[in-house]
Amino acid sequence: MKVIWIALAGVALLAGSASGASKGTSIDLVAYSTPKDAYGKIISAFQGTAVGNGVNVTQSYGASGDQARAVAAGQPADLVALSLDPDIDLLVQKKLVPKNWRSANKYHGIVSTSFVVFVVRDGNPKHIKGWADLVKPGVQVITPNPFTSGGARWNVMAAYGGLRRQGKSDKQAIKYLYKLFHHVPVQPASARDALTVFAQGKGDVLLTYQNEAIYAEKKGVHTEYHIPKATLLIETPVALTKTGLTKPAAKAFFKYLWSATAQHAFGDQGYQPVVKSVAASYHLNHVPGLFTIRSAKWGLNGWPKVNKRFFDPKKGVVAKIEASLGH
Amino acid sequence: MSRYFLRFGALGYLTLLLLMPVAFVFYKAFEHGFAPAWQAVTTPEALHALKLTLVVAAIAVPANTVVGIILALTLVRSRLPGRGVLNAIVDLPLALSPVVVGLSLVLFYGRGGWLGGLAGHGVHILFAVPGMVLATMFVSLPFVVREVVPVLREVGTEQEQAAETLGAGPFQTFRRITFPAIRWAVAYGVVLTTARAIGEFGAVSAVSGNIEGRTQTLPLYVKAQFDGFDTTGAYATSVVLALIAIAVVVGLRALHPKEESP
Amino acid sequence: MATDALALERPVRVGGYTAGSLARGVAMGYLSVVVLLPLAALVWSSRASGPAAFWSEVTRPEAVAALKLTLGVAAVCALVNAVAGTAIAWVLVRDRFRGKGIVDSVIDLPFALPTIVAGLTLLALYGPSGPFRIDVAFTRLGLLVALLFVTLPFVVRAVQPVLLELDKEMEEAAASLGARPIAIFRRIVFPNLLPAILSGVTLAFARAVGEFGAVVLISGNIPFKTEVSSVYIFGQLQAGNGTGAAAVSVLLLAISFGVLLAIGAFRRWRTRYDRV
Repeated sequence: MKVIWIALAGVALLAGSASGASKGTSIDLVAYSTPKDAYGKIISAFQGTAVGNGVNVTQSYGASGDQARAVAAGQPADLVALSLDPDIDLLVQKKLVPKNWRSANKYHGIVSTSFVVFVVRDGNPKHIKGWADLVKPGVQVITPNPFTSGGARWNVMAAYGGLRRQGKSDKQAIKYLYKLFHHVPVQPASARDALTVFAQGKGDVLLTYQNEAIYAEKKGVHTEYHIPKATLLIETPVALTKTGLTKPAAKAFFKYLWSATAQHAFGDQGYQPVVKSVAASYHLNHVPGLFTIRSAKWGLNGWPKVNKRFFDPKKGVVAKIEASLGH
Repeated sequence: MSRYFLRFGALGYLTLLLLMPVAFVFYKAFEHGFAPAWQAVTTPEALHALKLTLVVAAIAVPANTVVGIILALTLVRSRLPGRGVLNAIVDLPLALSPVVVGLSLVLFYGRGGWLGGLAGHGVHILFAVPGMVLATMFVSLPFVVREVVPVLREVGTEQEQAAETLGAGPFQTFRRITFPAIRWAVAYGVVLTTARAIGEFGAVSAVSGNIEGRTQTLPLYVKAQFDGFDTTGAYATSVVLALIAIAVVVGLRALHPKEESP
Repeated sequence: MATDALALERPVRVGGYTAGSLARGVAMGYLSVVVLLPLAALVWSSRASGPAAFWSEVTRPEAVAALKLTLGVAAVCALVNAVAGTAIAWVLVRDRFRGKGIVDSVIDLPFALPTIVAGLTLLALYGPSGPFRIDVAFTRLGLLVALLFVTLPFVVRAVQPVLLELDKEMEEAAASLGARPIAIFRRIVFPNLLPAILSGVTLAFARAVGEFGAVVLISGNIPFKTEVSSVYIFGQLQAGNGTGAAAVSVLLLAISFGVLLAIGAFRRWRTRYDRV
């Protein structure tokens, strides 16, 4: 009897698996988790336009690194919206995204920006304003583990760049990083976990991005944040995959991400829109001392080189720092 | 007297480690009243996730139960060489972290993996329901075996041998002698298997693709709610999972009325 | 109701020759497809870069520290469960008190709840903002608590069915002969429960070794202090060191396998006089 049920289930399984083919006007969006609300709005708006009418968009949200590896393992994706370049470069390596994805448009595939901020306790009792304050005696800093959370890499590079921007040498900036990590009592696995840990009462300051702080505040988790004097611009990229490039609907959706409606959706969620006409209505446009991951003047020469130097799991600067924590 | 000491100790342990956390989950779910919780679990995505969770469990649990009973009988009653190794293999799925389970499945079924070519022929295992069923089967395999084995050892073979000498056929012997002896063990095995099958997050997450409205089980949906700061919703969905687990226990207990031990 | 001492251990045929072997074949095939082949793929990928790379990956200080912590805390967790689980099972089967049914129904919940919820709940209850003024978050004790939570049902549910089947005649006979409860437990009940306890212990140990979701939040993942192997492996994978992740996974797998084999051997040794 039971054998029959199992056989039937097996048949159902196979039937289910075989019917996975996507229809003509269906596109697959694979994104990291934070911009989910924004994309929800954008997709609805897109479906109201002429090109988007009747297009079905499947959505998958998750941690950026996990999503990249899922796509590399075969998850169908026409557009990938991840939290940092290296995750998309992984897909370039696997030949799923074209090498020239950055030249897709004048925005280099960057759909929104943000920057690293300090979330502090109400009233900022420990007066944490700049990078130097993070290593004052008794200050505890919460940041996700840079290996489990790709996004935490922005935090580390913001710290490094911040010190360089203030005139310190490369050696001094790295020494600062060592000091900083000795002030980190716990390293949660993800940015979201880090916020939870901080909200539960651990630590004096949380390193995160402005958009995450704004979003949390919107959703009822009070976050008081302070923008340090020299901080890193976070750029969130989107790319069309090779399969996406073959679908007119996917290309149309990609283009739509830079429309006023879409950019407003990002802005409403706490991101900085990149389209100038929209950007003016949101948040702060002028952050003193803002630098990017390509600010060679401050020792940041683009993600590929920075990744290798700092985040190589065996020889990177941060790997050495983590190893030093045991002694 | 020692009975009270034992009861007090056991219940104290359970209070701290079980009852408080469970009460907390229920409290957080209904913190803002019944309506927000109900809304959170009746969205289209939530209902789809519930359906998917039940479908996956409905396949994985019976399969693991049947296979579990057979493996238990093999481990205890047969003379197969290497039973010690087989015994240890049965527990391995648990020892793997979900990250590693996902990694193994991806290395086997994923792009570039041993069976990676299937996707090219339209057979989608990963990032579709079959992959999720396989991952669930993987992680919930040990329980029925582990429950049944000690009881089988305990029960002994005399009755089965007697039945055989009296001319009973193999299925008859199993149905009338062996199975009734192990039914409680099977029941508890099914309870554990179901609980794991509905509650598994990590391994299923790695192979599901987490596609909204398509490949999200309830645990994945809980994560999505949590990421979106819908804490009440996340706890409410967890209450749904808890209720399913409780229903299974209560249902099995009702099917097999206990001989109350005085 | 121990195995009849006079009965010779012969294979009891569940089915006739063909049916029994067929069932076993199906079961083995299932086991292979569902578990063994993917594991083989994992082991294979860890070999891909050669034995030198494997060795260097598994001997990295952080990996070794995580391994030691994982195995140590899993062992403690298994031991605590052996004692607590047996006690709880005993109370649930032999004792009578109001609310017993409710308690029995919720024992499996730590298991049915997604691990994120488990972690979050434990952090909220026993962390910095906890209402009981108990703060074990980000310590090894917190790690242990999280593991005890998710392994709670195993020994309990393993011992319960055996206790239910246990014939009370022997205990009653011993009591009528004047034996004290402790002695009855030690000499009559415990030997019969031992295989079940060990069954539950292997499950608890295995789960504790492999747990990720419930510990990742409350343990703090501090390298060399509270970082367990599952988090370390995750980190290596995310950082792009797939070989390292696979290597450490395979080593952990091998050690767990060894421990499980050892527990099985121990059980056979302890129950050697029950068989002929």
